Amino acid sequence: MKIILTTVSPDIESELDPRFGRCGYLLIVDPDTLEWQAFPNPRVAAPGGAGIRAAQFVTDQKCEAVISGDYGPNAYNALKAAGLPMYLFGSCHTPREAIERYKTGQLELLAAPAGRGRRGW
Amino acid sequence: MSYIEPRDRKPMMIAIASGKGGTGKTTVATGLAVSLAADRKQDLPASSPPLFLDCDVEAPNAHLFLKPVFEERQEVGILIPQVDEARCTHCGKCAEVCQYHAIAVLGKKTLVFPQLCHGCGSCTLMCPEEAITETLDVMGLLERGPTPSGVDFARGVLNIGEPMAVPVIRQLKRWAIPESDQDVIVDASPGTSCPVVEAVRGADFLLLVTEPTPFGLHDLRLTVEVARELNIPAGVVINRDGIGDLGVEEFCNVKGLPILLRIPFDRSIAEGIAQGKTLVEIYPDAISLFQQLFSWIVNGVQRNFYPVSD
Repeated sequence: MKIILTTVSPDIESELDPRFGRCGYLLIVDPDTLEWQAFPNPRVAAPGGAGIRAAQFVTDQKCEAVISGDYGPNAYNALKAAGLPMYLFGSCHTPREAIERYKTGQLELLAAPAGRGRRGW
Repeated sequence: MSYIEPRDRKPMMIAIASGKGGTGKTTVATGLAVSLAADRKQDLPASSPPLFLDCDVEAPNAHLFLKPVFEERQEVGILIPQVDEARCTHCGKCAEVCQYHAIAVLGKKTLVFPQLCHGCGSCTLMCPEEAITETLDVMGLLERGPTPSGVDFARGVLNIGEPMAVPVIRQLKRWAIPESDQDVIVDASPGTSCPVVEAVRGADFLLLVTEPTPFGLHDLRLTVEVARELNIPAGVVINRDGIGDLGVEEFCNVKGLPILLRIPFDRSIAEGIAQGKTLVEIYPDAISLFQQLFSWIVNGVQRNFYPVSD
Protein backbone atom coordinates (compact mmCIF):
# COMPACT_ATOMS: atom_id res chain seq x y z
CA MET A 1 0.00 0.00 0.00
CA LYS A 2 1.18 3.53 -0.81
CA ILE A 3 0.01 6.87 0.50
CA ILE A 4 1.15 10.32 -0.57
CA LEU A 5 2.05 13.36 1.56
CA THR A 6 2.99 16.91 0.62
CA THR A 7 6.31 18.13 2.04
CA VAL A 8 8.63 21.12 1.93
CA SER A 9 11.82 19.08 1.26
CA PRO A 10 12.50 15.51 0.04
CA ASP A 11 12.71 13.72 3.41
CA ILE A 12 10.37 11.79 5.70
CA GLU A 13 11.59 14.01 8.55
CA SER A 14 10.87 17.12 6.47
CA GLU A 15 8.29 19.70 7.37
CA LEU A 16 4.83 18.95 5.93
CA ASP A 17 3.68 21.38 3.20
CA PRO A 18 0.13 22.64 3.81
CA ARG A 19 -0.54 23.28 0.10
CA PHE A 20 -1.55 20.32 -2.05
CA GLY A 21 -1.26 21.66 -5.61
CA ARG A 22 1.70 23.90 -4.88
CA CYS A 23 3.65 21.77 -2.44
CA GLY A 24 7.43 21.50 -2.80
CA TYR A 25 7.60 17.70 -2.87
CA LEU A 26 5.24 14.77 -3.14
CA LEU A 27 6.38 12.03 -0.78
CA ILE A 28 5.19 8.48 -1.44
CA VAL A 29 5.31 6.35 1.72
CA ASP A 30 4.51 2.75 2.56
CA PRO A 31 2.86 3.20 5.98
CA ASP A 32 3.84 -0.31 7.17
CA THR A 33 7.56 -0.27 6.33
CA LEU A 34 7.96 3.57 6.24
CA GLU A 35 9.88 3.18 2.98
CA TRP A 36 9.63 6.44 1.10
CA GLN A 37 10.39 8.10 -2.20
CA ALA A 38 10.22 11.85 -2.89
CA PHE A 39 9.26 13.55 -6.16
CA PRO A 40 9.68 17.28 -6.73
CA ASN A 41 6.38 18.91 -7.68
CA PRO A 42 7.01 20.07 -11.24
CA ARG A 43 3.92 22.27 -11.19
CA VAL A 44 4.84 24.28 -8.10
CA ALA A 45 5.05 27.49 -10.20
CA ALA A 46 2.52 26.66 -12.92
CA PRO A 47 0.13 29.54 -13.68
CA GLY A 48 -2.91 27.32 -13.19
CA GLY A 49 -4.02 23.72 -12.85
CA ALA A 50 -1.30 22.76 -10.37
CA GLY A 51 -3.75 20.89 -8.13
CA ILE A 52 -5.16 18.92 -11.05
CA ARG A 53 -1.71 17.85 -12.21
CA ALA A 54 -0.75 16.84 -8.66
CA ALA A 55 -3.97 14.79 -8.42
CA GLN A 56 -3.10 13.20 -11.76
CA PHE A 57 0.31 12.26 -10.32
CA VAL A 58 -1.27 10.71 -7.24
CA THR A 59 -3.54 8.45 -9.31
CA ASP A 60 -0.78 7.61 -11.81
CA GLN A 61 1.37 6.44 -8.87
CA LYS A 62 -1.53 4.23 -7.68
CA CYS A 63 -1.57 5.77 -4.23
CA GLU A 64 -4.55 4.96 -2.04
CA ALA A 65 -4.79 8.02 0.17
CA VAL A 66 -3.54 11.62 0.32
CA ILE A 67 -2.41 13.60 3.36
CA SER A 68 -2.04 17.37 3.00
CA GLY A 69 -3.00 20.60 4.73
CA ASP A 70 -5.40 22.07 2.18
CA TYR A 71 -7.01 21.12 -1.13
CA GLY A 72 -8.25 23.60 -3.75
CA PRO A 73 -11.59 23.01 -5.49
CA ASN A 74 -10.04 21.60 -8.67
CA ALA A 75 -7.78 19.21 -6.76
CA TYR A 76 -10.71 18.26 -4.55
CA ASN A 77 -12.93 17.42 -7.53
CA ALA A 78 -10.14 15.52 -9.24
CA LEU A 79 -9.24 13.42 -6.18
CA LYS A 80 -12.90 12.83 -5.44
CA ALA A 81 -13.48 11.61 -9.01
CA ALA A 82 -10.57 9.23 -8.53
CA GLY A 83 -12.19 8.01 -5.29
CA LEU A 84 -9.18 8.87 -3.14
CA PRO A 85 -9.64 9.79 0.53
CA MET A 86 -8.19 13.23 1.37
CA TYR A 87 -6.82 13.57 4.90
CA LEU A 88 -5.80 16.76 6.69
CA PHE A 89 -2.57 16.55 8.70
CA GLY A 90 -3.82 19.14 11.17
CA SER A 91 -1.27 19.81 13.91
CA CYS A 92 1.32 17.24 12.70
CA HIS A 93 4.74 18.59 11.71
CA THR A 94 6.47 15.69 9.95
CA PRO A 95 5.33 12.94 7.57
CA ARG A 96 6.37 10.33 10.15
CA GLU A 97 4.04 11.88 12.74
CA ALA A 98 1.16 12.15 10.23
CA ILE A 99 1.53 8.52 9.19
CA GLU A 100 1.41 7.37 12.82
CA ARG A 101 -1.89 9.26 13.28
CA TYR A 102 -3.17 7.97 9.95
CA LYS A 103 -2.54 4.38 11.03
CA THR A 104 -4.38 4.85 14.30
CA GLY A 105 -7.31 6.57 12.50
CA GLN A 106 -6.74 9.97 14.11
CA LEU A 107 -6.51 12.09 10.96
CA GLU A 108 -9.47 14.18 9.84
CA LEU A 109 -11.05 13.31 6.47
CA LEU A 110 -11.84 16.32 4.26
CA ALA A 111 -15.52 16.90 3.50
CA ALA A 112 -15.34 19.99 1.27
CA PRO A 113 -12.59 22.00 -0.46
CA ALA A 114 -11.03 24.81 1.54
CA GLY A 115 -9.46 27.36 -0.81
CA ARG A 116 -10.80 29.02 -3.93
CA GLY A 117 -8.17 27.71 -6.35
CA ARG A 118 -6.68 29.47 -9.31
CA ARG A 119 -8.82 30.01 -12.37
CA GLY A 120 -7.86 31.13 -15.85
CA TRP A 121 -4.44 32.41 -16.90
CA MET B 1 -10.40 72.05 -46.15
CA SER B 2 -9.65 68.42 -45.44
CA TYR B 3 -6.30 67.29 -44.14
CA ILE B 4 -6.88 63.69 -45.03
CA GLU B 5 -5.09 61.97 -47.86
CA PRO B 6 -6.99 60.91 -50.99
CA ARG B 7 -8.80 57.61 -50.79
CA ASP B 8 -6.29 55.69 -52.88
CA ARG B 9 -4.25 55.14 -49.74
CA LYS B 10 -4.35 51.84 -47.84
CA PRO B 11 -6.88 51.83 -44.96
CA MET B 12 -5.36 52.16 -41.51
CA MET B 13 -5.84 50.30 -38.27
CA ILE B 14 -5.01 52.64 -35.39
CA ALA B 15 -5.00 51.23 -31.86
CA ILE B 16 -5.35 53.50 -28.86
CA ALA B 17 -3.70 52.26 -25.66
CA SER B 18 -2.26 53.46 -22.36
CA GLY B 19 -0.67 51.74 -19.44
CA LYS B 20 -2.57 53.85 -16.97
CA GLY B 21 -6.34 53.70 -16.72
CA GLY B 22 -8.36 56.90 -17.03
CA THR B 23 -5.84 58.78 -19.18
CA GLY B 24 -8.35 59.42 -21.97
CA LYS B 25 -8.06 56.49 -24.39
CA THR B 26 -11.78 56.46 -25.07
CA THR B 27 -11.89 60.28 -25.29
CA VAL B 28 -9.23 60.20 -28.00
CA ALA B 29 -10.60 57.09 -29.78
CA THR B 30 -14.18 58.38 -29.96
CA GLY B 31 -13.07 61.88 -30.98
CA LEU B 32 -10.92 60.46 -33.77
CA ALA B 33 -13.70 58.14 -35.01
CA VAL B 34 -16.32 60.92 -35.08
CA SER B 35 -13.91 63.25 -36.90
CA LEU B 36 -13.13 60.62 -39.56
CA ALA B 37 -16.85 59.92 -40.00
CA ALA B 38 -17.53 63.67 -40.45
CA ASP B 39 -14.90 63.86 -43.16
CA ARG B 40 -16.30 60.79 -45.00
CA LYS B 41 -19.73 62.40 -45.33
CA GLN B 42 -18.30 64.77 -47.94
CA ASP B 43 -16.73 62.00 -50.03
CA LEU B 44 -18.05 61.33 -53.51
CA PRO B 45 -18.61 58.52 -54.21
CA ALA B 46 -19.44 57.64 -50.62
CA SER B 47 -16.69 55.73 -48.79
CA SER B 48 -17.14 53.38 -45.85
CA PRO B 49 -17.46 54.92 -42.39
CA PRO B 50 -14.67 54.21 -39.88
CA LEU B 51 -15.03 51.00 -37.91
CA PHE B 52 -14.70 51.48 -34.15
CA LEU B 53 -13.80 48.41 -32.11
CA ASP B 54 -14.27 48.68 -28.34
CA CYS B 55 -11.81 45.97 -27.27
CA ASP B 56 -12.01 46.81 -23.56
CA VAL B 57 -14.31 43.82 -23.23
CA GLU B 58 -14.10 43.67 -19.42
CA ALA B 59 -15.51 47.18 -19.08
CA PRO B 60 -16.58 48.53 -22.48
CA ASN B 61 -17.78 52.13 -22.27
CA ALA B 62 -17.23 53.79 -25.68
CA HIS B 63 -20.92 53.19 -26.47
CA LEU B 64 -21.79 55.76 -23.79
CA PHE B 65 -20.19 58.44 -26.00
CA LEU B 66 -20.95 57.15 -29.50
CA LYS B 67 -24.50 55.84 -28.75
CA PRO B 68 -24.70 53.07 -31.36
CA VAL B 69 -27.87 51.20 -32.28
CA PHE B 70 -26.87 47.53 -32.32
CA GLU B 71 -28.20 45.60 -35.29
CA GLU B 72 -26.08 42.45 -35.20
CA ARG B 73 -25.28 40.21 -32.24
CA GLN B 74 -23.19 37.07 -31.88
CA GLU B 75 -22.46 34.92 -28.84
CA VAL B 76 -18.82 33.88 -28.58
CA GLY B 77 -16.67 31.61 -26.50
CA ILE B 78 -14.25 28.76 -26.80
CA LEU B 79 -14.74 25.13 -27.78
CA ILE B 80 -14.27 22.94 -24.75
CA PRO B 81 -13.93 19.14 -24.76
CA GLN B 82 -16.70 16.77 -23.82
CA VAL B 83 -15.63 13.18 -23.17
CA ASP B 84 -17.73 10.20 -24.20
CA GLU B 85 -17.03 7.88 -21.26
CA ALA B 86 -18.27 4.88 -23.27
CA ARG B 87 -15.50 5.31 -25.84
CA CYS B 88 -12.77 6.61 -23.51
CA THR B 89 -10.10 4.03 -22.64
CA HIS B 90 -8.45 6.38 -20.09
CA CYS B 91 -5.16 6.22 -21.96
CA GLY B 92 -4.25 9.71 -20.68
CA LYS B 93 -3.07 11.20 -24.00
CA CYS B 94 -5.46 14.16 -23.65
CA ALA B 95 -4.13 15.05 -20.19
CA GLU B 96 -0.56 14.68 -21.42
CA VAL B 97 -0.93 17.24 -24.22
CA CYS B 98 -2.99 19.78 -22.27
CA GLN B 99 -0.74 22.75 -21.42
CA TYR B 100 -3.30 24.12 -18.97
CA HIS B 101 -4.15 20.96 -17.01
CA ALA B 102 -7.77 21.43 -17.99
CA ILE B 103 -8.31 17.72 -18.53
CA ALA B 104 -7.22 14.92 -16.20
CA VAL B 105 -7.45 11.15 -16.35
CA LEU B 106 -7.95 9.86 -12.84
CA GLY B 107 -8.09 6.10 -12.80
CA LYS B 108 -11.27 5.19 -14.64
CA LYS B 109 -12.51 8.72 -14.97
CA THR B 110 -11.64 11.57 -17.36
CA LEU B 111 -12.45 14.97 -15.96
CA VAL B 112 -12.68 18.34 -17.78
CA PHE B 113 -12.07 21.63 -15.94
CA PRO B 114 -13.76 24.20 -18.23
CA GLN B 115 -12.41 27.24 -16.34
CA LEU B 116 -8.84 26.25 -17.16
CA CYS B 117 -9.50 25.31 -20.81
CA HIS B 118 -8.12 27.67 -23.48
CA GLY B 119 -9.99 25.91 -26.29
CA CYS B 120 -6.86 24.93 -28.23
CA GLY B 121 -8.33 21.59 -29.35
CA SER B 122 -5.17 19.54 -28.69
CA CYS B 123 -6.99 16.92 -26.63
CA THR B 124 -9.60 16.36 -29.35
CA LEU B 125 -6.87 16.05 -31.95
CA MET B 126 -4.77 13.60 -29.90
CA CYS B 127 -7.56 11.27 -28.71
CA PRO B 128 -6.94 7.91 -30.44
CA GLU B 129 -10.50 6.74 -29.68
CA GLU B 130 -12.21 9.87 -31.03
CA ALA B 131 -14.01 10.02 -27.70
CA ILE B 132 -13.85 13.83 -27.44
CA THR B 133 -16.33 16.19 -29.04
CA GLU B 134 -16.25 19.98 -28.60
CA THR B 135 -19.04 22.20 -27.35
CA LEU B 136 -19.19 25.99 -27.28
CA ASP B 137 -18.66 27.48 -23.83
CA VAL B 138 -20.18 30.95 -24.14
CA MET B 139 -17.94 33.64 -22.62
CA GLY B 140 -19.33 36.82 -24.08
CA LEU B 141 -21.25 38.74 -26.69
CA LEU B 142 -20.26 40.68 -29.81
CA GLU B 143 -22.44 43.59 -31.00
CA ARG B 144 -22.28 45.85 -34.05
CA GLY B 145 -24.33 48.78 -35.33
CA PRO B 146 -24.15 52.36 -36.63
CA THR B 147 -23.93 55.52 -34.50
CA PRO B 148 -25.76 58.82 -35.17
CA SER B 149 -22.38 60.39 -35.98
CA GLY B 150 -21.85 57.87 -38.79
CA VAL B 151 -19.39 55.50 -37.14
CA ASP B 152 -19.62 51.74 -37.73
CA PHE B 153 -19.41 50.60 -34.09
CA ALA B 154 -18.63 47.13 -32.72
CA ARG B 155 -17.77 45.89 -29.28
CA GLY B 156 -17.18 42.76 -27.26
CA VAL B 157 -18.62 42.18 -23.80
CA LEU B 158 -17.07 39.56 -21.53
CA ASN B 159 -19.60 37.79 -19.30
CA ILE B 160 -19.28 38.49 -15.57
CA GLY B 161 -17.13 35.91 -13.85
CA GLU B 162 -15.29 34.80 -17.00
CA PRO B 163 -11.53 34.91 -16.43
CA MET B 164 -10.29 35.15 -20.03
CA ALA B 165 -10.80 38.29 -22.12
CA VAL B 166 -8.48 37.34 -24.99
CA PRO B 167 -10.81 34.91 -26.84
CA VAL B 168 -13.57 37.54 -26.93
CA ILE B 169 -11.19 40.24 -28.24
CA ARG B 170 -9.73 37.88 -30.85
CA GLN B 171 -13.18 36.93 -32.09
CA LEU B 172 -14.41 40.54 -32.12
CA LYS B 173 -11.54 41.40 -34.46
CA ARG B 174 -12.37 38.41 -36.68
CA TRP B 175 -16.13 38.97 -36.65
CA ALA B 176 -16.23 42.70 -37.37
CA ILE B 177 -14.34 42.43 -40.65
CA PRO B 178 -13.76 45.90 -42.11
CA GLU B 179 -14.64 46.80 -45.69
CA SER B 180 -11.67 47.08 -48.03
CA ASP B 181 -11.62 50.89 -47.70
CA GLN B 182 -12.54 51.07 -44.02
CA ASP B 183 -10.24 52.58 -41.40
CA VAL B 184 -10.32 50.85 -38.03
CA ILE B 185 -10.01 52.52 -34.63
CA VAL B 186 -9.26 50.07 -31.81
CA ASP B 187 -9.94 51.17 -28.24
CA ALA B 188 -7.85 48.89 -26.00
CA SER B 189 -8.11 48.24 -22.27
CA PRO B 190 -5.58 49.81 -19.88
CA GLY B 191 -2.47 47.92 -18.86
CA THR B 192 0.09 45.90 -20.80
CA SER B 193 -1.13 42.33 -20.39
CA CYS B 194 -2.61 39.77 -22.80
CA PRO B 195 -5.89 41.60 -23.59
CA VAL B 196 -3.96 44.73 -24.63
CA VAL B 197 -1.54 42.74 -26.78
CA GLU B 198 -4.47 40.97 -28.47
CA ALA B 199 -6.28 44.28 -29.06
CA VAL B 200 -3.33 46.13 -30.62
CA ARG B 201 -1.93 43.17 -32.58
CA GLY B 202 -1.95 43.88 -36.31
CA ALA B 203 -2.42 47.64 -35.93
CA ASP B 204 -0.57 49.95 -38.33
CA PHE B 205 -0.05 52.52 -35.61
CA LEU B 206 -0.32 52.67 -31.84
CA LEU B 207 -1.50 55.91 -30.29
CA LEU B 208 -0.43 56.08 -26.65
CA VAL B 209 -2.50 58.35 -24.45
CA THR B 210 -0.79 59.60 -21.32
CA GLU B 211 -0.85 62.45 -18.86
CA PRO B 212 2.20 64.57 -17.95
CA THR B 213 2.66 63.18 -14.45
CA PRO B 214 5.09 60.64 -12.92
CA PHE B 215 2.21 58.11 -12.96
CA GLY B 216 1.52 58.70 -16.63
CA LEU B 217 5.22 58.44 -17.46
CA HIS B 218 5.68 55.21 -15.52
CA ASP B 219 2.90 53.48 -17.41
CA LEU B 220 3.81 55.06 -20.76
CA ARG B 221 7.24 53.46 -20.48
CA LEU B 222 5.64 50.03 -20.15
CA THR B 223 3.28 50.56 -23.10
CA VAL B 224 6.13 51.73 -25.33
CA GLU B 225 7.82 48.41 -24.59
CA VAL B 226 4.70 46.61 -25.83
CA ALA B 227 4.77 48.68 -29.04
CA ARG B 228 8.47 47.91 -29.57
CA GLU B 229 7.96 44.22 -28.87
CA LEU B 230 5.16 44.07 -31.46
CA ASN B 231 7.07 46.25 -33.96
CA ILE B 232 4.26 48.78 -34.20
CA PRO B 233 5.16 52.43 -34.80
CA ALA B 234 3.87 54.59 -31.95
CA GLY B 235 3.08 58.19 -31.11
CA VAL B 236 1.87 59.98 -28.01
CA VAL B 237 -1.16 62.05 -27.05
CA ILE B 238 -0.67 64.13 -23.93
CA ASN B 239 -3.97 64.59 -22.17
CA ARG B 240 -4.52 67.06 -19.30
CA ASP B 241 -1.65 69.07 -20.76
CA GLY B 242 -0.53 71.81 -18.37
CA ILE B 243 -0.44 69.78 -15.17
CA GLY B 244 2.42 67.74 -13.71
CA ASP B 245 6.00 67.94 -14.94
CA LEU B 246 8.18 67.60 -18.05
CA GLY B 247 9.06 63.93 -17.53
CA VAL B 248 6.83 62.65 -20.34
CA GLU B 249 8.21 65.18 -22.85
CA GLU B 250 11.81 64.29 -21.97
CA PHE B 251 11.04 60.60 -22.28
CA CYS B 252 9.41 61.13 -25.71
CA ASN B 253 12.47 63.08 -26.88
CA VAL B 254 14.87 60.36 -25.80
CA LYS B 255 12.77 57.60 -27.35
CA GLY B 256 12.02 59.44 -30.60
CA LEU B 257 8.30 59.27 -29.89
CA PRO B 258 6.33 62.01 -31.69
CA ILE B 259 3.89 63.98 -29.53
CA LEU B 260 0.99 64.21 -31.99
CA LEU B 261 -1.72 65.89 -29.95
CA ARG B 262 -2.10 67.80 -26.70
CA ILE B 263 -5.44 68.07 -24.99
CA PRO B 264 -5.47 70.86 -22.41
CA PHE B 265 -6.47 70.39 -18.79
CA ASP B 266 -9.81 72.13 -19.01
CA ARG B 267 -12.84 72.05 -16.78
CA SER B 268 -15.31 72.26 -19.68
CA ILE B 269 -13.84 69.06 -21.19
CA ALA B 270 -14.26 67.20 -17.90
CA GLU B 271 -17.84 68.48 -17.60
CA GLY B 272 -18.69 67.46 -21.16
CA ILE B 273 -17.24 63.98 -20.75
CA ALA B 274 -19.18 63.56 -17.52
CA GLN B 275 -22.31 64.19 -19.61
CA GLY B 276 -21.36 61.54 -22.19
CA LYS B 277 -20.19 63.98 -24.85
CA THR B 278 -17.32 63.35 -27.25
CA LEU B 279 -14.53 65.89 -27.49
CA VAL B 280 -15.96 66.96 -30.86
CA GLU B 281 -19.32 67.74 -29.27
CA ILE B 282 -17.59 69.76 -26.54
CA TYR B 283 -15.29 71.62 -28.96
CA PRO B 284 -16.44 71.36 -32.62
CA ASP B 285 -13.01 72.69 -33.66
CA ALA B 286 -11.51 69.44 -32.39
CA ILE B 287 -12.62 67.81 -35.66
CA SER B 288 -9.87 69.52 -37.63
CA LEU B 289 -7.29 68.66 -34.94
CA PHE B 290 -8.25 64.99 -35.08
CA GLN B 291 -8.23 65.06 -38.88
CA GLN B 292 -4.77 66.58 -38.79
CA LEU B 293 -3.67 63.95 -36.27
CA PHE B 294 -4.98 61.25 -38.61
CA SER B 295 -3.19 62.78 -41.56
CA TRP B 296 0.11 62.83 -39.64
CA ILE B 297 -0.33 59.20 -38.71
CA VAL B 298 -1.14 58.14 -42.29
CA ASN B 299 1.72 60.12 -43.82
CA GLY B 300 4.19 59.02 -41.17
CA VAL B 301 3.29 55.34 -41.42
CA GLN B 302 3.39 55.35 -45.23
CA ARG B 303 6.85 56.90 -45.20
CA ASN B 304 8.12 54.80 -42.28
CA PHE B 305 8.73 58.04 -40.44
CA TYR B 306 7.91 56.71 -36.96
CA PRO B 307 10.61 54.43 -35.52
CA VAL B 308 9.65 50.97 -34.26
CA SER B 309 12.77 50.59 -32.11
CA ASP B 310 14.82 52.82 -29.77
